[in-house]
Amino acid sequence: MPILEGKGVTKHFGGLAAVSNLDFNVEQGEALGLIGPNGAGKTTLFNLISAALVPKSGTIRFKGKNITGLKPYKICRMGVARTFQTVKVFANMPVLNNVTLGSYFGISPGLSSSDAAVKASEILEFVGLSEVKATPAKDLTLANQKRLEVARALATNPELLLLDEIMAGLNPAELAQAMELVTRIREKGITIVMIEHVMKAIMSVCQRIMVLHHGAKIAEGTPQEIATSKKVIEVYLGEKAHAGS
Amino acid sequence: MVKILDIVIAGLLMGGIYALIAVGLSLQYGVARVLNIAHGEFIMLGAFISWSLYTIFGINPLVSLAICGPLVFIIGFILYRTLFTSLRNSSASPAAFEGNSMLASFGLLFIIQNVAILIWGADIKGYSYLAFSVSFGGAKFAANRLVTLGVAIIIGLVFYLFLARTRLGKAIRAAAQDPSAAGLMGVNINQVLALCFGFGALMAGLGGTLISISYQIQPTMGLEYTVIALIVIVLGGLGSIPGSFIGGFLLGLVGSIVTYIQPGLSLVAYYVIFMLLLVAKPTGILGK
Amino acid sequence: MGIVRVISKRSFVLGLSLLILILLATSPLYAPLYTVILLTSIFMYVIITVSWTMFSGPTGYISLASAAFFGVGIYTSAILGKALPLPLVICMGSLVSFCLALLVGALTLRLRGIYFVMFTFGLVELLLHFILWWEVNITGTTGRVVPTVSNTTVYYLMLIIFVILMLTAYLIKHSKYGLALQSIGQEEDAAAHTGVNVTMVKVMTFAISAFFMGAAGAIMATRWTYIDPRIAFNPLISFLPVLMAIFGGMGQLCGPIIGAAIFTYLEEFLITRFPYYYMLIFGIIMVVAILYMPDGLVGLIQKLWKRISERKHADT
Repeated sequence: MPILEGKGVTKHFGGLAAVSNLDFNVEQGEALGLIGPNGAGKTTLFNLISAALVPKSGTIRFKGKNITGLKPYKICRMGVARTFQTVKVFANMPVLNNVTLGSYFGISPGLSSSDAAVKASEILEFVGLSEVKATPAKDLTLANQKRLEVARALATNPELLLLDEIMAGLNPAELAQAMELVTRIREKGITIVMIEHVMKAIMSVCQRIMVLHHGAKIAEGTPQEIATSKKVIEVYLGEKAHAGS
Repeated sequence: MVKILDIVIAGLLMGGIYALIAVGLSLQYGVARVLNIAHGEFIMLGAFISWSLYTIFGINPLVSLAICGPLVFIIGFILYRTLFTSLRNSSASPAAFEGNSMLASFGLLFIIQNVAILIWGADIKGYSYLAFSVSFGGAKFAANRLVTLGVAIIIGLVFYLFLARTRLGKAIRAAAQDPSAAGLMGVNINQVLALCFGFGALMAGLGGTLISISYQIQPTMGLEYTVIALIVIVLGGLGSIPGSFIGGFLLGLVGSIVTYIQPGLSLVAYYVIFMLLLVAKPTGILGK
Repeated sequence: MGIVRVISKRSFVLGLSLLILILLATSPLYAPLYTVILLTSIFMYVIITVSWTMFSGPTGYISLASAAFFGVGIYTSAILGKALPLPLVICMGSLVSFCLALLVGALTLRLRGIYFVMFTFGLVELLLHFILWWEVNITGTTGRVVPTVSNTTVYYLMLIIFVILMLTAYLIKHSKYGLALQSIGQEEDAAAHTGVNVTMVKVMTFAISAFFMGAAGAIMATRWTYIDPRIAFNPLISFLPVLMAIFGGMGQLCGPIIGAAIFTYLEEFLITRFPYYYMLIFGIIMVVAILYMPDGLVGLIQKLWKRISERKHADT
């Protein structure tokens, strides 16, 4: 049974279909890449899964349970966590508190305050932010803020992690670190879906890739298949997309 | 049948004033992004300036529309150029600006009300103008209220044409849709926002003049009108100027019906509508 | 070395607070009646301001309904005062305010903050009109007479509510809910996606803050022998706590206390000397505070302190 499946998922903004009758599956333990030109509906899809938005029609199931229409906090506690395209760290709170919030509220049933603090410290260690645990989040570099978002998401004990363009805006060294982090997260058994424009990252980290265009799935397969697919190349050459390598 | 006509027309009369003041607040919040909770105080200023012009200089209130409007416009414009522009530049984000400007307008509420009390005293005032009744379809209406309705509709139409046909009007509509894009198109956004705020105050001043024609006035009268204007802009849809205009008339009708059934409960009825909107359709009739 | 400094700072603050508390608790014994009455007024504004800050401070949802909850407390006291003993009346006043806040919260806190601001702003006027209508049409009387209570009793009751409030505010602030409230104020969507039931946290905190405002209202009602809707639902009571919190500074718990204390004293002073100007002066202070004091007085002092201690370190 796939850990996440969607059937007929549709979302309109005004008259425009951002996501159009989409069916998708994510298998437990895999790393699925989600690519497509700007405006293809990738972030909208994440928003529909995490319940930031409500679909017009269609159902989304997580571990077999229907999660369409649930509130975001419930879905988080069930085991789905995400990061955001525009970084949304809690700017005026120290790094540690950003993560502790996740371990306090994202896990069901809740942890005691000492357990939550311990878990948060462990996660900071895991992502490599222990040194800045007392720094206010707004004073971190962009790369570190993105890592903080990942840490906060991990603190909620997710089985499925949705990463939205965590590689964007990183220099080559930071990029390598980010890719390595994603690999280590996968080693923990967490399923990952990642939206990326940085092709090098997607191609090397993901086993499967789904391509969206105008809200619909136009291709799905291994990185090799996608890289050589005529359809996908047309779509990308037609729009000026960022190819990281 | 006569009763129904009575109620409907009374509702439209009040609705005309509601429509004007709501359009004013919609300009200030929808475009200039200031939730001006001192809006009612500008209405009160318009009312009192008209009162003074009439009782001291004998100036016809319909004429004083041309004086009150621009006066209150200037006050609003200057306030935006100084206070609110300063806040815009010092606020960390648009959300912070909205919060800060709302709080600053809260301060303005108390400043303006106190100044009015100092100038005019705290008592209820009024004057008599066109206070005779006119027969219309078998029912009697006060001439001054009919005139008020007529003027409100004319002002609404003039403003609509202004927004639709003139260059400045188009700039305002552009700024309402997307201030940064409008700025990139060469619209002097600071000027336009200040003008919008000023026009909002203008509407309030005109509304106040019209109110003073038919009703008694008092320096503390503003709050109730601010609350009504807030409900109307939610009813019409936040950000929609035509919505506020229509919403004003709708709410006036509701008020008239409720006053017929149980006088004194109209504000309560407005709040019930507010609550229903929040539960069912917060975006209002024409809202995005 | 640093840890020792932190510990002594905390026990210093604790010791100082206890001392002040003892002084306050014994003051009716040695202070003139005027001071006790002034202190009672200060407690009233401190309670409303700290309650207001408890919710609106971290979340950024500006409530303009303080006068509504305070007024509900007053009216509950007026209605039940003859029938029930005072402690029960105070509980009822708090509970009714609490329930009203739950209703308002449930309606508005699911939506964007602007609806909350608008709804709370009109709530005072709404209750005023409603109760006026009720009194004219249903009960036939305007206003009510409240049974009086001695000044000392009022003082002690307010002191007790103040202490309970400070404990509550402190506990909330330093618990996971305090963290949740802050996160809601900074990035509400992210908080929701991190597992925080944002609506529940907002509504409950809002209701708790209303609880204390209602209690204060129920007690203070006994100071005015006669109350009517216009006395009970006074927009100034919605305005002043906001001013006091902004002026005092919303970052720390002591900010609203300092702001409330200063402004209550200022209000007493202004009402007697310049009764026609005090609204104007407060309005101007509000505008100035928003323009030039974003972190309030406490924030200003903290900044100065930092600058002084940085200079000290630069010298060494």
